[in-house]
Amino acid sequence: MKRAILGVLAGALLGGVAQANDSVASLTADPASWPIQTGDYANTRYSELGEITKDNVGDLQVAWTFSTGVLRGHEGGPLVVDGVMYVHSPFPNKVFALDLNNDGKIIWTYEPKQDPDVIPVMCCDTVNRGPAYADGMIFLHQADTTVVALDAKTGEVKWSVVNGDPSKGETNTATVLPVKDKIIVGISGGEFGVNCHVTAYDMNTGEMLWRAHSQGPDSDILFDPETTTELGKPVGADSSLKTWEGDQWKIGGGCTWGWYSYDPETNLVYYGSGNPSTWNPSQRPGDNKWSMTIFARDADTGVAKWVYQMTPHDEWDYDGINEMILADIDVNGETRKVLVHFDRNGLGYTLDRVTGELLVAEKFDPVVNWTTGVDMDPSSETYGRPAVVTEYSTEAGGEDVNTTGICPAALGTKDQQPAAFSPQTGLFYVPTNHVCMDYEPFRVSYTAGQPYVGATLSMYPAPDSHGGMGNFIAWDAGKGEIVWSIPEEFSVWSGALATAGGVVFYGTLEGYLKAIDAETGEELYRFKTPSGIIGNVMTYEHGGKQYVAVYSGIGGWAGIGLAAGLVNPNDGLGAVGGYAALSDYTALGGSLTVFALPD
Amino acid sequence: MKQTFFGIAAAFAAAGIAAPAVAQDDNIAVAYEEDGKYYTANDIPTFNVGDDGTVDWYTFSGFRRYHSECHVCHGPDGEGSTYAPALKESAIDMDYYDFFDAVVNGIKRVDAADNQVMPAFGTNANVMCYLDDIYVYLKARGADAIPRGRPAKKEKKPEAFIEAENACMG
Repeated sequence: MKRAILGVLAGALLGGVAQANDSVASLTADPASWPIQTGDYANTRYSELGEITKDNVGDLQVAWTFSTGVLRGHEGGPLVVDGVMYVHSPFPNKVFALDLNNDGKIIWTYEPKQDPDVIPVMCCDTVNRGPAYADGMIFLHQADTTVVALDAKTGEVKWSVVNGDPSKGETNTATVLPVKDKIIVGISGGEFGVNCHVTAYDMNTGEMLWRAHSQGPDSDILFDPETTTELGKPVGADSSLKTWEGDQWKIGGGCTWGWYSYDPETNLVYYGSGNPSTWNPSQRPGDNKWSMTIFARDADTGVAKWVYQMTPHDEWDYDGINEMILADIDVNGETRKVLVHFDRNGLGYTLDRVTGELLVAEKFDPVVNWTTGVDMDPSSETYGRPAVVTEYSTEAGGEDVNTTGICPAALGTKDQQPAAFSPQTGLFYVPTNHVCMDYEPFRVSYTAGQPYVGATLSMYPAPDSHGGMGNFIAWDAGKGEIVWSIPEEFSVWSGALATAGGVVFYGTLEGYLKAIDAETGEELYRFKTPSGIIGNVMTYEHGGKQYVAVYSGIGGWAGIGLAAGLVNPNDGLGAVGGYAALSDYTALGGSLTVFALPD
Repeated sequence: MKQTFFGIAAAFAAAGIAAPAVAQDDNIAVAYEEDGKYYTANDIPTFNVGDDGTVDWYTFSGFRRYHSECHVCHGPDGEGSTYAPALKESAIDMDYYDFFDAVVNGIKRVDAADNQVMPAFGTNANVMCYLDDIYVYLKARGADAIPRGRPAKKEKKPEAFIEAENACMG
């Protein structure tokens, strides 16, 4: 039987190979808890809890609910540690500590005072993907980029530090990752020309320990020209500067608003960088490194061990920020320590997480058409590069030309909504978008703190398919193949959960929590929650009983693009209506719904 | 000169002939054209849609700029999102000068029930150089003069537009 990654990591810890953060490591090893947003350091979103099985999940009931009182999009999910649940909201970024031993009574509430001017500089709604727990503290990265440490018992602020400047378009939507004595945080602002970075703060004092930008001189990006490698070769000096014209890297984007994973064995933190600014590729010649890149950085120093740029010189806004799932799986008959990443660009990547070797790069939606695939020949000059199809190249089309029929759309075959990995089945469960676009780039000028976009987009459901805008798929990352695929009316914008009970959970934009058979994908249960789900499903145990919890609260990118429905401009004049509008199914409102089996 | 529905309506109105369908449309009906840009009798910019659906250049330009600058909050085609209002309505409901003021200076409505903030775009050339374009595009959407999506046909880019764009964008 395959060993679960959790088991491997826990084993490494006990063996004293490295220390993650002791509290996080022991809590993630205990399936009753859910101390960080990703469930564990490896970002598997897998739980060993098995009370809820494929045989009894059909009996699931709502155990209790809680309203956050906030209307905007609710991403992320609740945490559970030591009988307390921590629930958060989008701006104004409230945190509630709920006493699970006292019927969810509120122990404390935190509500920061933030300048509302941050609201409109947040691209795509004021979502926040939640806090993290470590060492008796709750760490939250607010919209205005204030990173705050709260006493988990009282909600008292122990320290706070400012990570960016919202007046320049620097904001935050992401969670943080506690590693050892550090808090790792990213930043948003790719549509505002921010020069984005990842920063480590001292968990106990808030002191900045290191900061690594996505582009710029080697000293800014913390690269060692000799030891930092891409696809096995040292990157050399000025690897980023050489790929930008003049000073453009200073407003280069490469934002870091996604998920972070950590492997105590390699002591590496893994994450991806976003799109280069602007969306008009003609305005920024070059590969624009290291935007659209998978990074593996030393947790102590921030120095990059290896990198891999997935989409050189982006022409479609395919941010590379989606989660990096760490697992030990079979690739070509050999068990490999891999990193699996489902990119916005529609390719599912499997890399050796120790060396950065590229093992698999395959489309996880057959409609992906901007590339014919990645050059997998190590002796080739274009090794590791995707071959771009000219017909769908917005650079080849040029400024003021509308390039049509590009799949996927800018929101990607998958956005940030995280996938899950079950060591039981060896499969990855991936929420996806099934949307294509027309894309017309044009000239824009840069003003600090103002949007810096430079393209106009029309998005519509993938043509000649099932008509829906999403799929929920099971993926074999060793082979790079879809095992099964469930068509969905809307993009699946909810993070998945896999459990030892053989059940996989996810939410839909109409508001359904769905439970499916991890082997077959057969639907076993559904319940319509108060609003559309863009949050991530989690599970915990309390009083010997397994619970499943999810936020509802429609919003985010899905609430922008889909609220009024999409139309296909290529349907021709006279096409009436459009595709299903979310507003026909659901309305605003943030709440938590907790499920359990009947007593 | 191209005859248009609104052109005809304006002609009726000018001649003092009752045209009930457009009586309330003073802010929409084309009164005159100058270098490819259309105006109402009150000198307010407006759109022009030909019989075959051809839109004036400014409406097309507004479509592009809207979807670059406004779309990320206000949704595709001026339809609104889960949190930001449908601007195709605002362009009809609001006076041109109020619309202009909202874009230049922003709007803030923050209280217990609301977290609505529209930023000030006064310093943003990508918006300010094309504000009339965005306005007439949204007015065309709000008046149902053009369908959702990219206008299929457009008038030629006027020389005056090119000159103004170069001067404004620097």
